[in-house]
Amino acid sequence: MHPVRKQRLILVLVLVGLSSAAVALVTYAMRNNMNYFYAPSAFAAGEVPFEKRIRAGGCVVPGSVVRAGDSLDVRFALTDGKAELEVVFDKILPDLFAEGEAAVVTGRLLQDGRVRADQVLAKHDENYTPPEVAESMAAEASCAGGAKI
Amino acid sequence: MAWQWFHRLGSPRWFYQKTSAWMPWLALASVLLIGAGSVWGLGFAPEDAKQGNSYRIIYIHVPAAFLALAGYYIMAISGAIGLIWKMKLSFVVMRAAAPIGAVLTFIALFTGAVWGKPTWGTYWVWDARITSMLILLFLYIGVIALARAFSREQVADKACALLALVGTVNIPIIYKSVDWWFTLHQPATIKFTEKSSIDPSMFYPLLTMIIGFYCLYAWTLMAHTREKILQREWRTSWVQQLMRGKSMTESKAG
Repeated sequence: MHPVRKQRLILVLVLVGLSSAAVALVTYAMRNNMNYFYAPSAFAAGEVPFEKRIRAGGCVVPGSVVRAGDSLDVRFALTDGKAELEVVFDKILPDLFAEGEAAVVTGRLLQDGRVRADQVLAKHDENYTPPEVAESMAAEASCAGGAKI
Repeated sequence: MAWQWFHRLGSPRWFYQKTSAWMPWLALASVLLIGAGSVWGLGFAPEDAKQGNSYRIIYIHVPAAFLALAGYYIMAISGAIGLIWKMKLSFVVMRAAAPIGAVLTFIALFTGAVWGKPTWGTYWVWDARITSMLILLFLYIGVIALARAFSREQVADKACALLALVGTVNIPIIYKSVDWWFTLHQPATIKFTEKSSIDPSMFYPLLTMIIGFYCLYAWTLMAHTREKILQREWRTSWVQQLMRGKSMTESKAG
């Protein structure tokens, strides 16, 4: 390789290397803000501020969804396998919201440790299965135990 | 000489003549693959157990997103080759790749929003995956805008190549964002190192679409590059000759 070209190649590599390093440092410094939501264990550890607009995400604990008979009020628990977080909500849940499926809620952390949500989003997992196959897998919950959120 | 083939590849004339033969085959392959993949994916693949029919948007969304990322590397590497070897053709490929990449990124974002509404319950969230994908769109638009900001082609080429190279850092971030941080977007379905989490009956039409999109991408990139070659080289004798030959056959046919 011609020495001039070699020099330009090194310059290009240095440019890419340095700009990548700069971005890597910035994203590392902002790693907490890069997360779209807090996991329930972050609430348990007291890392989440009270009465501020925050998001929480986790697996909806099977059997935890309780609906009020006379209104849209609903409460459920989210888990990441380490801790549980109780959520209260008073609007319509998305179609794909279900027990054993992941959900992300936006709202405020109340003093009693519950989250009052004003938005609930269903978080879809990466699995695509036809209905027959899903049935034969014995209706296995996709995030059971909250190991994966 | 080991580098001879490489320098010949850099000749716009050689590229134009070689690709003339490839263009119809690539066009045919893209039409067949995308046609077959669409009918297979939309008509014959089973519906998803949880999402029903709305999942079928992956047959557009995933191939477009794949090519939006791969196309960025094509643009940036072409820019690097242009900077290092001062190769005209390489810069032409880089400039041609920018609008195609922008369109593909937009398609990925748009189909994602359309799918997000019935699945998540919202069109848009500012999570790491979607935000980094939006940055990719801005990078592509930035390269297009920068190319038009200079009156001298050579200056524009260099500036675009530098921006494209700096932007490459975004590609691994987009790809790994779903693993590094909590995002609303789900992690990758098609995995290269382990079993993909999609049923084969849904995966094969998707694979057909992805290969079809690759062919279509190659065709579009070549068509754009060929057009730009003619624009840049119009003064040369081979382009003049080509144009004269074309107008002669056209007048004969007419």
